[in-house]
Amino acid sequence: MTGLVLEESPTTGDQIITNYTINFGPQHPAAHGVLRMVTELDGEIVERIDPHIGLLHRGTEKLIEHKTYLQALPYFDRLDYCSPLGMEHSYVLAVEKLLNVEVPLRAQYLRVLFAELTRICNHMMNIGSQVMDVGAMTPMLWMFEIREDCLNFFERASGARMHSAYFRPGGVHQDVPLKLLVDIGEWLDKRFVELFDDACSLFVDNRIFKQRNVDIGVVSKEDALKWGFSGPMLRGSGIPWDIRKSQPYDVYDRMDFDIPVGTSGDCYDRMMVRVEEVRQSARIMKQCLAEMPEGPIQSEDRKVSPPKRGEMKQSMESLIHHFKLYTEGFHVPAGEVYVATESPKGEFGVYLVSDGGNKPYRCKIRPTAFSHLQAMDFLTKGHMLPDITAILGAMDIVFGECDR
Amino acid sequence: MAVVHAAPKWSSNEGVLAKLSDSLAGLLIAAREEHGEIVLTIARDKIVEALTILRDQHAYQQLMEMAGVDYPDRAERFEVVYMLLSLTANHRVLVKVSAAEHTPVPTVTGLWPVAGWLEREVFDMYGVIFAGNHDLRRILTDYGFEGHPFRKDFPLTGYQELRYSQEEQRVVYEPVKLAQDLRQFDFMSPWEGAEYVLPGDEKAQGEAK
Repeated sequence: MTGLVLEESPTTGDQIITNYTINFGPQHPAAHGVLRMVTELDGEIVERIDPHIGLLHRGTEKLIEHKTYLQALPYFDRLDYCSPLGMEHSYVLAVEKLLNVEVPLRAQYLRVLFAELTRICNHMMNIGSQVMDVGAMTPMLWMFEIREDCLNFFERASGARMHSAYFRPGGVHQDVPLKLLVDIGEWLDKRFVELFDDACSLFVDNRIFKQRNVDIGVVSKEDALKWGFSGPMLRGSGIPWDIRKSQPYDVYDRMDFDIPVGTSGDCYDRMMVRVEEVRQSARIMKQCLAEMPEGPIQSEDRKVSPPKRGEMKQSMESLIHHFKLYTEGFHVPAGEVYVATESPKGEFGVYLVSDGGNKPYRCKIRPTAFSHLQAMDFLTKGHMLPDITAILGAMDIVFGECDR
Repeated sequence: MAVVHAAPKWSSNEGVLAKLSDSLAGLLIAAREEHGEIVLTIARDKIVEALTILRDQHAYQQLMEMAGVDYPDRAERFEVVYMLLSLTANHRVLVKVSAAEHTPVPTVTGLWPVAGWLEREVFDMYGVIFAGNHDLRRILTDYGFEGHPFRKDFPLTGYQELRYSQEEQRVVYEPVKLAQDLRQFDFMSPWEGAEYVLPGDEKAQGEAK
């Protein structure tokens, strides 16, 4: 620090220390993406944070306005690329709500099964990276083993590891082989439990992990409501609210599961809520596997879901339906709906306005991270500089979704 | 119409519309229930009052989302939609106001601080001004961006593109140059949706009546 001249106070002669402003990001491994935070520090204490977002803004909502309803679906995989099926879920439900189309039971079970697999997949990423952000390497590697298994299951169901485009308005894209369901069941019983329990044993009671997370970024119930929190951020503050439970969609009303709730609203509670959610997700998946009926996986309404390939080769009508659905697409009755589901990160909503045509008039996506990130300023105030990464990590932010 | 879809089911809408219309009387322009959603249209300068009533008397504790919508044909072309959620009554409503480019909407940051960024986003994307929001900067678009990209008259391709210039060793902005025109396919069936006159049809215009 040679050459640093401190200003002198004219009255007392003391040296005045001015606040120091640093840029956190846009390229920082702990920023979980492209986030720039203009951070004003008083020594090592955070005085003010101004997050600058939008560096990953791709205009998804505008692009969707120029695509048919089916073509718009794959954009949702690319929003939150850590939990693609959670995003698709809100969108297909919004389209179905406008169409008022019935979804066969097997398709609903498949959706819940894979949405919960997505939740496990997402939380592995989040817990692993949070533990790594506060100083431990091994749990991350072990959790990515589980994540890798999940991605393989997605690939076997849809053909793609990450951007599955598996949920479709009216059902799912294709049926899964029985062997896949058997394998998921075995994995849940053995490999998953072993890996997850091993990984958790490394950090749940770990002294360093607790020192970095307990009593950091405490959010009261009132603040959580005022700042539009949802998901584990809301539950971590002690509000028992889960859309799967209170506003059930698909077959969640048939599932038996518990909602973990935090007590003090700090980062540690949020992480522990996620740890327990993973176990509950596994419980829901086991119920899905046990109860899943046989039957069709797509709506029988030929004006919404395309016919099977075999049918198409035999029947003229099927050929016409297929052609029309993949060129013009289906028309959605005019109106507007706001459909929100419990994505792994919180309430992910889609506000869909239709003018009766084959393209959405407006598709507003409600990202979870947007509201959470806005609270960074009041969450970090008075904390130390390294706590920023802990608070940010416990929010579970992905910029594909935040910036859209 | 019987509800057959599998979208989230919150508590019954029955009687809610009448109850809310009653307590918002005088502030309300229109209220309707469609596709299972309760939509309340409020006079623009009364929005803070209306949302305060909804929050304090009807327990809609959370403002989950705000959306802008552009209808270029209307006199007041923008709509701002507030999505409210009640955790205790397990219910959602949509509240709307309309606005033009030069008619500011009162801010609701005093009710919910979360509205700060949500309003910034609507401002950035549509150019709706929120009176009383002290931090109405752009949020999602680039530093120094001009225009409001989600307006219906803003082209999908935008006006500026950027690339890294090896000669200047920095990112340079240039007007958009497309090697091929952006094509918008019109897949609408000519029997239902076409807006152009089919060749030969112009002759039949007079005779049809």
